[in-house]
Amino acid sequence: MSAEDHTVDTIAKLVRMANQIARNLTHDKDPVAAIAEHIHAFWTVRMQEQLFAHGPEGLDPLAIAALERLALGARDQGHAVR
Amino acid sequence: MGYEPQADFGTPEVRSETPVTLSPVTLSPVTLSPVTLSIDGREVSVPAGTTVMRAAAVSGGSIPRLCATDSLKQYGSCRLCLVEIDGMRGTPASCTTPVAPGMVVHTQTEKLQKLRRGVMELYISDHPLDCLTCSANNDCELQDMAANVGLRDVRYGYEGDNHLGAETDSSNPYFDFDPSKCIVCSRCVRACEEVQGTFALTIDGRGFGSKVSAGLASDDFLSSECVSCGACVQACPTATLNEKAVKAIGKPERAVITTCAYCGVGCTFRAEMRGEQVVRMVPWKDGKANHGHSCVKGRFAWGYAMHQERITRPMIRERIDQPWREVSWEEALGHAAREFRRIADTYGNNALGGLVSSRCTNEEGFLVQKLVRAGFGTNNVDTCARVCHSPTGYGLKTTFGTSAGTQDFDSVDDSDVILVIGANPTDGHPVFASRMKRRLRQGAKLIVIDPRRTDMVRSPHIAADYHLPLRPGTNVAVLTAMAHVIVTEGLVDEAFVRERCDGDEYRDWADFVSDERNSPEFLAPVTGVDADLVRGAARLFATGGNGAIYYGLGVTEHSQGSSTVMAIANLAMATGNIGRRGVGVNPLRGQNNVQGACDMGSFPHELSGYRHVSDPEARALFEAEWGVAIDPEPGMRIPNMLDAATDGAFKGLYVQGEDILQSDPDTKHVAAGLAAMECVIVHDLFLNETANYAHVFLPGSSFLEKNGTFTNAERRIQRVRKVMEPVNGYEDWQVTQELARAMGLDWNYTHPGEIMDEIARLTPSFAGVNYDRLDADGSLQWPVNAAHPDGSPIMHVDGFVRGKGKFVVTEYIPTDERTGPRFPLLLTTGRILSQYNVGAQTRRTENTVWHGEDVLEVHPSDAENRGIRSGDWVRLASRSGETTLRATVTDRVAPGVVYTTFHHPATQANVVTTDYSDWATNCPEYKVTAVQVTPSNGPSQWQEDYDNQAAQSRRIMAEPAE
Ligand code: SF4
Ligand code: SF4
Ligand code: SF4
Ligand code: FES
Repeated sequence: MSAEDHTVDTIAKLVRMANQIARNLTHDKDPVAAIAEHIHAFWTVRMQEQLFAHGPEGLDPLAIAALERLALGARDQGHAVR
Repeated sequence: MGYEPQADFGTPEVRSETPVTLSPVTLSPVTLSPVTLSIDGREVSVPAGTTVMRAAAVSGGSIPRLCATDSLKQYGSCRLCLVEIDGMRGTPASCTTPVAPGMVVHTQTEKLQKLRRGVMELYISDHPLDCLTCSANNDCELQDMAANVGLRDVRYGYEGDNHLGAETDSSNPYFDFDPSKCIVCSRCVRACEEVQGTFALTIDGRGFGSKVSAGLASDDFLSSECVSCGACVQACPTATLNEKAVKAIGKPERAVITTCAYCGVGCTFRAEMRGEQVVRMVPWKDGKANHGHSCVKGRFAWGYAMHQERITRPMIRERIDQPWREVSWEEALGHAAREFRRIADTYGNNALGGLVSSRCTNEEGFLVQKLVRAGFGTNNVDTCARVCHSPTGYGLKTTFGTSAGTQDFDSVDDSDVILVIGANPTDGHPVFASRMKRRLRQGAKLIVIDPRRTDMVRSPHIAADYHLPLRPGTNVAVLTAMAHVIVTEGLVDEAFVRERCDGDEYRDWADFVSDERNSPEFLAPVTGVDADLVRGAARLFATGGNGAIYYGLGVTEHSQGSSTVMAIANLAMATGNIGRRGVGVNPLRGQNNVQGACDMGSFPHELSGYRHVSDPEARALFEAEWGVAIDPEPGMRIPNMLDAATDGAFKGLYVQGEDILQSDPDTKHVAAGLAAMECVIVHDLFLNETANYAHVFLPGSSFLEKNGTFTNAERRIQRVRKVMEPVNGYEDWQVTQELARAMGLDWNYTHPGEIMDEIARLTPSFAGVNYDRLDADGSLQWPVNAAHPDGSPIMHVDGFVRGKGKFVVTEYIPTDERTGPRFPLLLTTGRILSQYNVGAQTRRTENTVWHGEDVLEVHPSDAENRGIRSGDWVRLASRSGETTLRATVTDRVAPGVVYTTFHHPATQANVVTTDYSDWATNCPEYKVTAVQVTPSNGPSQWQEDYDNQAAQSRRIMAEPAE
């Protein structure tokens, strides 16, 4: 496999991870904030950026909303998610 | 200090707070005040219930004895310990006579000496008199007693019937059984029953013909039920059961207290030494985790430390297809430092990372994460706890506020119902399992939730009241169904929940679990567990008194591992089982220092003491001490590092004491990740599997060769003490320090005690920990700080660390790993007693006699469908890869489930496991893989390729000819 193939693989994994997180946090009072906070707390900036660059494809609606919020936070540098 | 065996008080200690009797009126336990008596004119005060023998020993006397020892209940068979007591007729046995107030005892009278001599004469007449050449010479209680009673001659002669010709059983690799020296005191039999709980030994026959036997007449020790824990060897007063090493080396001349480096029980041992040679490891009676017991690994399997395959000189190479070249420490460290600097300059700091092993000491782990954060300038540090207990960290921090088990091991003595889920303590945590079994024999109830019928479910004198044989991957469903029963049947401890937990969150959770779709009946088709069993188990747990939950990797290593930990916490809170003895949530940690590795800040998102890197106050503390800026963003976890490596963004890894190629899932992906890196530094005892992909090898030191501390599963911090010089020249913390210095950091620790002082300065829960206190107290359980100056055996006593306990809704979400037509079976993995983790240590000991290879357990119906018989080679395939190993057909596993261990690199069970992982922590899903099993006639192509690659990359260049 070339590095590009691996990157495709890595993105698929990140999508799966984000969806897993979303599904496990749907019962939170504010699931979008909880998902965003979780990703912010445990993912590297690079992993988050890889997923921003990939866009919403394949992602659970809650995960998309959380990533949008994260992207906003990242742009404002403040990383305030809730 | 010369060699002295540990003091033996003859009969077990009676703790003064132990209630010794039941009030006749209320039937509740009453604690009695101490009793004062006189022994040979000495005034003694002891707790009520103490024996006269122990009272005499406590006051400095010594009554001769043979059948009594303080690790066992008094037995009263040898009649050597007779005493005279004023006002009492005859000569009662002091080991079975309890003290009474005002008693006047005489232990050394003319009459007693005469009686005792008579007893000894009988024993000696059937005992070989080869004392001078006996392996126990000078360390034999029979010899001591003969001297004590003044035996001078034996009237019966030695010609009569005797056992002197009996043959020695040498089948056990570590100890011999020489029946000719046996005095049939039955201490060994009782040790096997009371201490170990295996019931392997019996006394066959009666009177003169009686003898000790390991099970059936045809059995020797090796083929018997014996698990080689050594309890009988320790209990034996003669040379009958004796360590082979003592025979070979001789009597030890000094003893050093240290801590076992194998599992999370954290047994402490007396390393009994002759010069720099270990003669034997004897479990330390004052050890608070093990109270004088041990298992085959810690007791006997330390020979790997002196194994010939140990690498003792540093090595480097440019490319992994080249042979290794031995170099000086200077050259190796300089090369490593230059490579890492080059990588950082070319690709940025985040292209570097480090891995902390949970086998290493707290101090070593702390230094590695410090090197990564302060030296490499990144948070890319992770620990192998990632692949075992990271969900415990997340789950318990979320619900209770801190990532730790709530109890000490002693707490189990007060448990009424024990729930074991996803753990196999008799194999994984044997010494604690013996404690648990003792409590179960006293009448505590047992619930086991496990896909396999583990030894806990049924063993001599133990039977689980409920065994819920769930389908792998359905833990959350089963626990939620139990919660459903508890809530809907009104069994919740309302008062506890009201007082201690967040009310809103509780109500949300109670509504959720009460829903019909969470009932045992509704979920039965998913979990495969009969609804009545779930209901029965839930009722028992909620109403049976003190309920304690013990869990292991069968809980954490799932795509919902963190949810399962939280479901366990929910269950404990709902039933009020937190905050006192006998209850609690207890993760059984795999490796010796999993708890410590987590505590020391080796996760990429947090600093020591579980403080997130984004917390500015915590960062400020470290920045002030270390004089560097710390990145506020979390770093990469192991799987993220490997992904980034295959993407080309991660280039350099320092791996201390860990073998990710063998232990981590989806071996092919791990190999691809490692192969893509430009500099891999492996710091280990052996050329492990990961080293096949390494460019720098830094030889490590064994636990016998270094100072430090380990923290066991009860948060107990214990000292590891150096008993011999490191054969590689440096203790591991020194190697890390040298690497840091080569990279330009000004580190000057002269002793690990100084590292602990730094940990204490930077970590609130360790504030009161230092080596002087550890030496004085033996051990400390964190938190140790102003609020808990003497440590904390039980946590959350007056409230949760986070304030109110948090109930978390845990919806069952099936794993993506599903069976289908191609892969119709579920593989789950585990381990066995005699081997440890990737086996790098235990495979290099005689323990291989019990487990020479990994085997696949297959249910008879699945085996029959496939034409597989026990002993056949089978091919085990998943969508990740395939391997071959031998099958064993057994109904221990349910139909549709297969099981294996991962102790041997030849099997490479992780070629088969997938990259699926826990949603919150990326802890890999080792416990569920969809597989197919088919007959096979030999190793797979992958195994052959792998062997070739390994052989190639392990070559070491011959010394250049002069
Ligand atoms: S083997 Fe040792 S402990 Fe067992 S009965 Fe014989 S002398 Fe006693
Ligand atoms: S070594 Fe342990 S298991 Fe084996 S017979 Fe002795 S006490 Fe029993
Ligand atoms: S492996 Fe575990 S149970 Fe066995 S001796 Fe070591 S710490 Fe104790
Ligand atoms: S020691 Fe008391 S009877 Fe044996």
